[in-house]
Amino acid sequence: MFSTKNFNRSKPVLFILILFPSLLWAFQFVTGNLGVNPIEKLMDELGLMALRLIIITLMITTLSNIKSIKSIVVLRRMIGLFAFYYVCLHFSTYIILDHFLDMQFIIQDIIKRPFITFGFISFLFLIPLASTSTNNMIKRLGFKLWKKIHYLIYPVAILASLHFYVLVRADKTEPVIYMGIIILLLLHRIFKRLTRPQLAQ
Amino acid sequence: MKILGSEITPYKTYLNRRKFIKGSLASAMLATVTSTAFANHDSGLSIYTKNLNENDKLNSYEEITTYNNFYEFGTHKKHPHLNSGNFKPRPWTIKIDGLVKKPQTFDLEKILSNVTIEDRVYRLRCVEAWSMVIPWQGFQLSELIKMAEPLSSAKYVQFVTVFRPEEMPGQQKRTIIWPYREGLRMDEAMNPLTILATGLYGHEMPNQNGAPIRLVVPWKYGFKSIKSIVEIRFLDTQPETSWETLAPWEYGFYANVNPNVNHPRWSQGTERRIGEFKRRETLMFNGYEEEVAHLYKDLDLTKFY
Repeated sequence: MFSTKNFNRSKPVLFILILFPSLLWAFQFVTGNLGVNPIEKLMDELGLMALRLIIITLMITTLSNIKSIKSIVVLRRMIGLFAFYYVCLHFSTYIILDHFLDMQFIIQDIIKRPFITFGFISFLFLIPLASTSTNNMIKRLGFKLWKKIHYLIYPVAILASLHFYVLVRADKTEPVIYMGIIILLLLHRIFKRLTRPQLAQ
Repeated sequence: MKILGSEITPYKTYLNRRKFIKGSLASAMLATVTSTAFANHDSGLSIYTKNLNENDKLNSYEEITTYNNFYEFGTHKKHPHLNSGNFKPRPWTIKIDGLVKKPQTFDLEKILSNVTIEDRVYRLRCVEAWSMVIPWQGFQLSELIKMAEPLSSAKYVQFVTVFRPEEMPGQQKRTIIWPYREGLRMDEAMNPLTILATGLYGHEMPNQNGAPIRLVVPWKYGFKSIKSIVEIRFLDTQPETSWETLAPWEYGFYANVNPNVNHPRWSQGTERRIGEFKRRETLMFNGYEEEVAHLYKDLDLTKFY
């Protein structure tokens, strides 16, 4: 049995572990150790990290159905916010380092290229999630409304994995695995919903 | 063959050394005016080298050999460099068939003894919107075509890459339909810019860059420049090409570098020159407009992209 306390105690370690890659990449970028095409590499790593963290938040919810690790859910907010952190870095790399804030070009790029459209919408949907993440916000909105807002994580995850899927040119194995995991997690939620009223009787 | 970074001669030195050797053979006076005296030789100062713009700087040997696409060795751009160690580029033969006087198989050594190897410094523009400047060594494809003696009915040339899944781990997975195939229209193939390259930076072609012999068509996106060629076929109809078969809405047969024709995934208006921080504008036909624009004067390039 893992208590809330156990999970809370692990938070500082987790915090450092999840933060660390971004610091490492920043350091490697500045010192010229990110390979031959460092901007592309940085963008890819940040984006992949963000997608993985989004999937982990979905997994945490599913795992919290298991009684003995129910309290794992206390980690979800931190990981969700880290996902947002990585998405922000990913997006900033794209608009600042990749395109030097050429807004006209960037807007065209977002409209014309489906994979960028998917990624951008996913990023937009994450904003309300991140900005309503405090306890205070949950109180102010009421749990029901708050929860409704946070259903946005589903389109976020689907769009983010599509963003990756369309980007890959030929070997789609990795994005397909991510999509598969997301679909399984969603199916599990739907299944739970359908079976819940019966349990209530 | 493993080459240490320290063994790589910077290209300038490499060219100068060759000039020096030539110069010492000729008179000292002549050596100072080699650029025109040796214009038709492999002095590295051919018109093609002069074609580079002032702001085109050579990419390093390391950049050229550790970052490229060669799906036969894996789909990531570091894979060719990491996974090509077991590939054996010698001995090598090229099969010539289709609409030719006599189908035959040439030994690579025989081909090389019949052609003039020269230096060609070309820009290479990948469809993924990155680019490099590469000092190739090779010979004009037209020389081999003459050796092959195609019939007058031959309108297209198709190229096929070697299929050796045991040496090319990327071929063990069906990412694209193997073997890789590419093609050119006959006039594109005969254009003096089109070469078969056998080396870069004065070294034999590294495995990861398409050893022992590959195509280089500098005004087209990089995927047209097929690597490790084992078969050349002459046809009267436009051949199927690998990327076009996989995603025809993204990759056309022509695949000319064209900043005005959008690709669904990459804006082709700009590119990142490897080694540079800011993107630069992409040039029509990758800057080789003067040499090749006439080939397409009757073609709608937005349709035939």
